[in-house]
Amino acid sequence: MSFDLNFIGVLIGAIMASSVPLILAASGELITERSGVLNLGVEGMMIIGAISGFALMVVTDNLFFAVIGSMLSGLVISLIFGLLTQSLLTNHVATGLALTIFGIGMSAMIGKNFVGIPGKEFPLLFVNFKESIPFLGPIFFGHSIILYFAFGLPFLTNYFLKKTKTGLIIRAVGDSPTSASNQGINVTLVRYSCILYGGAMCGLAGAYLSLIYTPQWIENMTGGRGWIALALVVFATWSPIKVLIGALIFGGITILQLHMQAIGLRIPVQLLSALPYIMTIIVLVVISRDSRKIKLNTPTSLGQIFYKEK
Amino acid sequence: MIKIEKRNDVSQSIYFLTPILAIFLTLFGGGIIFYILGFNPIEALKFFFITPISDLYGLSELLVKATPLCLIAIGLSFCFKSNNWNIGAEGQLVFGGIVGGGVALLFYNHDGFYVLPIIILSGAIGGMLFAMIPAILKTYFNTNEILVSLMLVYVAKLLLDYLVVGPWSNPEGFNFPETRQFSESARMPILFDGLRIHTGIFITLITVFLSWLILYKTYLGFQIKVSGLSLKTAKYAGYKGKTMIIIVFMISGACAGLAGVGEITGPIGQLHRNISPDYGFTAIIVAFLGRLNPVGIIFASLIVALTYLGAETAQIFLQVPKYTGQVFQGMILFFLLGSDYLLFFKIKFLGLKKNEL
Repeated sequence: MSFDLNFIGVLIGAIMASSVPLILAASGELITERSGVLNLGVEGMMIIGAISGFALMVVTDNLFFAVIGSMLSGLVISLIFGLLTQSLLTNHVATGLALTIFGIGMSAMIGKNFVGIPGKEFPLLFVNFKESIPFLGPIFFGHSIILYFAFGLPFLTNYFLKKTKTGLIIRAVGDSPTSASNQGINVTLVRYSCILYGGAMCGLAGAYLSLIYTPQWIENMTGGRGWIALALVVFATWSPIKVLIGALIFGGITILQLHMQAIGLRIPVQLLSALPYIMTIIVLVVISRDSRKIKLNTPTSLGQIFYKEK
Repeated sequence: MIKIEKRNDVSQSIYFLTPILAIFLTLFGGGIIFYILGFNPIEALKFFFITPISDLYGLSELLVKATPLCLIAIGLSFCFKSNNWNIGAEGQLVFGGIVGGGVALLFYNHDGFYVLPIIILSGAIGGMLFAMIPAILKTYFNTNEILVSLMLVYVAKLLLDYLVVGPWSNPEGFNFPETRQFSESARMPILFDGLRIHTGIFITLITVFLSWLILYKTYLGFQIKVSGLSLKTAKYAGYKGKTMIIIVFMISGACAGLAGVGEITGPIGQLHRNISPDYGFTAIIVAFLGRLNPVGIIFASLIVALTYLGAETAQIFLQVPKYTGQVFQGMILFFLLGSDYLLFFKIKFLGLKKNEL
């Protein structure tokens, strides 16, 4: 029995690991969207983070630089989005799509020389506890520092948005940019900062994939996770704690279908792989059906262009 | 000093000139990227944009690539004009290909003039039905169409993968992930010997003409445009918003499905895993670059098709990955959206006034 219990612990640990990129990207995007900006470039920013993290790891042989660099590159590429949507007042949806297309192309271009290079072992914390404590060990210990950060992030985000003045300003800008502006808040500056923060988090999410989760560079390795992260924000009705729950559910589906593939059930592999995407649609339908519930936390000005006559 | 003023009305000439500005800026940006990668920018751009279309075969390839792009973008223009964000045309293309391909396999070794039209029609219906999923979920369950249509792309691709590996794979194909080659009766006739350009181009041109008719000469087209400009006005005028959402999705799905079936009965001739090099996504750029205007989209599809060919040539001559094409496509859209600023704002360069010094 204790063996089975330990196996379940390992399974839960694996689910947690696979939900990390979703938590990071969705938490970042949540802040961006709370300020009223809809950035559909999550997938593009993640993949740029993935390649820059991996490339820096190979070039500098230093994981710290790699992680920081991935966040910086996510930030830099989100700056393009910021410049366009905030300073040149372009349509958020179209600009975000362009960012994703550009990011995927750019990452493949940079990544050409990094295909097939093996990754480096990322240090895991408390490995001895993981083995000595049954069941709880593999759940709580033996993870990378980024995982612990990711699991704390939704709580920090929640506190930040609800209890701090800056959080209040961000929500005000997202709900009513005009009145926020009349109160003397620099709407454009707030939105720029939120976009850059979202970019950095997406970059980190990508680096988690290429440095820790599957430590290597594969073209298109984000495989739609950026889009699922976007769906998660809607699923969570813009509430950070629910992002965590949603990410764990999707992580669970991913791990479950991998295990079902491994034990060779007579279900086509492709159907199992399609499961996370189909589930996303079903969950979105269930959540969105009640339009009052979804409007409760939706930033009122989400995706709208704000222009202040000077 | 630079002064920025809001324009009172949008100038038509600038509206169609900014796409050209965007293309030049993209060439410039591309040159910089090539320079950073260590190439002579002029030479590299020549390989990218001139070499591929310097012979008859290249020109035919350009049209082969532009055919599906133009078709999908025309369909998308209906959605985008009415503020419906269908970004899953790639999935609708694949699903149209699956349905059309299935029918083609059904008619294997079957002769008759009716075979090809039936296949084409079923492909269009397949794409149309697939596009109705996000439309119906949007209208009746208030679900975000961007995310649903995108998730369905992955579903369609996995379904195609399942079919070509499993039940539909060629019985004599040594387990390669592909179906049988379709019979001659199920193939788009080739226009010129030795070139790949096929009759699918006429389907595209007819669709362009029909869309122009619908958009500019019918009440439906008027409704679509009004809803895009102001939902409130559309509601006030009593337009049936839900029906219209479903109609525009059906049109764009059918176009994407046609593109898919055109690919498999045209240049490909069978079903396999990669029936589209992301035409469905690239067509979004084509639609914007063409200003959602049927004629504009024809030109835009040729330009964007060139980025596909250019990426292939550059892959051979410069050893850069074929994804370079996507970098250019992304840049075109960035610059296009950015230069739209000129539509709404005037930038005046004023001399420094004395009191400002």
